[in-house]
Amino acid sequence: MNEWLTIAMPKGRIFEEAVQLLRKAGFPIPPEFEESRKLIVDAPEANMRFILAKPMDVPTYVEHGVADIGVAGKDTMIEEERDVYEVLDLKISACYLAVAGLPEYEKSDVNPKVASKYPNLATQYFKQQGEQVEIIKLNGSIELAPLVGLADRIVDIVSTGQTLKENGLIELETIVPITSRLIVNPVSYRLKDTVIDDLVERVAQVIGVEEQV
Amino acid sequence: MSKLFMFEKPLGMRDALPGYFQTKRNVQRVINDEWESWGYLPVETPTLEYYDTVGSASAILDHQLFKLLDQQGRTLVLRPDMTAPIARVTASGLQHQHFPIRLAYHTNVFRAQQLEAGRPAEFEQLGVELIGDGTSSANGEVVSLMIEALRKTGLTTFQITVGHVGYVNALLEEVLGNDERADDLRRFLYEKNYVGYRQHVENLPLSSLDKKKLNSLLRLRGDWRTLDKALNLVQTPAAKEAVEELQELRTVLEHYELSDYIKLDFNLFMHMSYYTGIVFESYGNNLGVPLGSGGRYDELLQQFNRPAQAVGFGLRLDLLVEALGLTGAVPSQTCILFSPERRPEAVEQARKLRETGKRVVLQDIRGVEDVDQLSESYEDVVTMIGKKKEGASHE
Repeated sequence: MNEWLTIAMPKGRIFEEAVQLLRKAGFPIPPEFEESRKLIVDAPEANMRFILAKPMDVPTYVEHGVADIGVAGKDTMIEEERDVYEVLDLKISACYLAVAGLPEYEKSDVNPKVASKYPNLATQYFKQQGEQVEIIKLNGSIELAPLVGLADRIVDIVSTGQTLKENGLIELETIVPITSRLIVNPVSYRLKDTVIDDLVERVAQVIGVEEQV
Repeated sequence: MSKLFMFEKPLGMRDALPGYFQTKRNVQRVINDEWESWGYLPVETPTLEYYDTVGSASAILDHQLFKLLDQQGRTLVLRPDMTAPIARVTASGLQHQHFPIRLAYHTNVFRAQQLEAGRPAEFEQLGVELIGDGTSSANGEVVSLMIEALRKTGLTTFQITVGHVGYVNALLEEVLGNDERADDLRRFLYEKNYVGYRQHVENLPLSSLDKKKLNSLLRLRGDWRTLDKALNLVQTPAAKEAVEELQELRTVLEHYELSDYIKLDFNLFMHMSYYTGIVFESYGNNLGVPLGSGGRYDELLQQFNRPAQAVGFGLRLDLLVEALGLTGAVPSQTCILFSPERRPEAVEQARKLRETGKRVVLQDIRGVEDVDQLSESYEDVVTMIGKKKEGASHE
């Protein structure tokens, strides 16, 4: 099988962990490969090309088909609602989405505000809770919002809880657990089915997902 | 809201300039000719339909419909697809025509886009519907027609993936018994969320054997040999029948010598909820979205009070042009540049050239802004300027 696969993934830790997974699955990816600073890195031995993108943009690259597959957090999948196949839970970079606020926070009826990097997801969540809130979209450092009075609560991902603690915030509600997922473009999923099925199966074995057949 | 620029268009609406228009038209003609050579008769239906009739039968998500009110206050939709209007026509205008009926269409359909403004909300669709024939030959004919049409456009690498909605439903029902639980899993399939599907299956109160069976569905794809796997997985007659139908489709396609274009995927789940049997999608090599899709819809026509089995598909013209990698080019033209005293001669000459199939522009020299630029934009320029010389042709 010498068909190339283009894989989109976030820079940094997820990339390193994902490359580790692929190596364990027997794909010949050269050592120290992850340390490159290029945005596109090729691994010709494995017939793979990696596109390193912003986490939130990975599903976009995959949906448009410039990447065949991608590694994206479940948080971005819920937020972006892209038309891609979500085929495997890679179980890496586990964290969860939570609502957090100042310790003295008390529910109030007066125009409650929530800041988040995930406006769609947050809107959806509070709708399900039957709570009316105003969602304020921020692009990062969400913890700042309650501290300066922009919002009284935030919706963000929590991995160790360290960032919240350091900023004097506490977790109020857990929304949903998050892990990285392997996603596939719908056309690539058909046209490159053999290579993709092979990859999915091998990676699934490494992470111990009970695979079928 | 900021003031609109004078040249602005509503979201998702596009102009086709001469080059692109011509390219699109050429591809469309090739396909239309193919449809018609197979005996499919082109029809046209209105742009506006009632929301309560065609709008609700169309199965395009509600938020994707363009809605407006007529003067009586009834809700109208800009047609979101052609299958439902054709079902309506078959049950009304063509109600006395005997089945089977073969119809073709080429029209624009409208679907509001919310995600990104640049995506087309209006696009041309070309398709066929074979109504009143439930045979495997009909399935095979329609799939073959899709392949032949794509081949005729010059698309070199493409693939058709075939699935069967009936099989999936029968399998889910066989294991889960009730429809509500099956709905949950169907939603995961529809959302292409296999992780969610597996997690959901894991939490169902089922035997490990049944869970395994449900999970096996996700892997049911590949070449024609997948049919054996599919058959071994199920017990109910409905499911076995579905596999049998695909087996027959294979035979028909072998008779057409086209079975190599096909891959199977039992999880191919379409956004159109009216499909009941085989479903299929076509993919081109350099495009991230399907070029077209279709399937069997045996229950749609009864919504219009003329129950009939039917099968059909649609291709998206804009995507096809993109997949073909065609760039818009205006075909070569000849320009006859004349001065008024030689107009009769120029007109005569143009008529003659046009009769030979040439595209000829007649241009009065006095109306030209820049002669050099004009000359550059034509393949051939004939000048008829100044007094005609003595002894020149009298033809």
